[in-house]
Amino acid sequence: MHFLANPGRFVRIADRVLPWASALAVILTAVGLYGGLFLVPPDYQQGETIRIMYVHVPAAWMAMFVYASLATAAASGLIWKHPLAFVIMKSAAPIGAAFTFLALVTGSLWGKPMWGTWWVWDGRLTSVLILFFVYLGIMSLIEAFDDPNRGMKATAVLALVGVILLPIIKFSVDWWATLHQPASIVRLDGETTIHQTQLWPVLVMALGFTAYYVAVLLVRVKQQVLASRLRSLQLAAADA
Amino acid sequence: MQSLDAFLAMGGYAAFVWPAILLTLAVLIWLAWSSLARLRRTQKSLKALEALGVDRRRRRRKAE
Repeated sequence: MHFLANPGRFVRIADRVLPWASALAVILTAVGLYGGLFLVPPDYQQGETIRIMYVHVPAAWMAMFVYASLATAAASGLIWKHPLAFVIMKSAAPIGAAFTFLALVTGSLWGKPMWGTWWVWDGRLTSVLILFFVYLGIMSLIEAFDDPNRGMKATAVLALVGVILLPIIKFSVDWWATLHQPASIVRLDGETTIHQTQLWPVLVMALGFTAYYVAVLLVRVKQQVLASRLRSLQLAAADA
Repeated sequence: MQSLDAFLAMGGYAAFVWPAILLTLAVLIWLAWSSLARLRRTQKSLKALEALGVDRRRRRRKAE
């Protein structure tokens, strides 16, 4: 990853990747939604509410995937002092928070008709809610220091502590089996318990959301890189 | 229109299915749009400053 260490080079590469990632995000999300809304028949138990799955499950996966990448960036910032690592960490946080928020709200909208309640303090729901708060904590801690570099370091430590949530979220449905169903797509025994015809739009949506994450992350990182160039130019202008 | 009505009704679950899908799209579009708008603002200020020749002045000083 060190060939990306030069911010100018990063911006050039970002400019080349961005149109592809954006196009993929739009196309895959459109195809996935079309499949989930029109092609998949209603579920024999859950009826039409199964369609909520096509936004809920990919959003929940992204909540965890974005966190894993954010924490990886935090670790490489602390260990190798990669100049872009903390910028990536900072830029990923609002995207992860958005996906976590969507997983919680769409889950609630699915829970009301199927479980009879909007919310229950079960292991999965509670641990994802804590993940949402950790994202918000990361976003506010970065801004809480006068010295941006100290803020980034403190935030990176918080981000690494938060990694403990990922296995807790993943296994919460097995450890505290209450209302949330256990995993049906990615299972340790490798046996997917969802029907093929229902599965493919979930996977396409997940790929679309991943492309969306890449695109928005690139835009946000590029903005941060240009903003720091702007600050140094403003300082130079003030000197002159 | 029968089938469109049936589609929109979502088997009586319209009040749950449509908010879930529309909210997801709304949040994702808003986040992408606001990220782009911030980038555009930064690019604009950067261009304005560079047009003043600040960049060149700084580079010259570095070279000295």
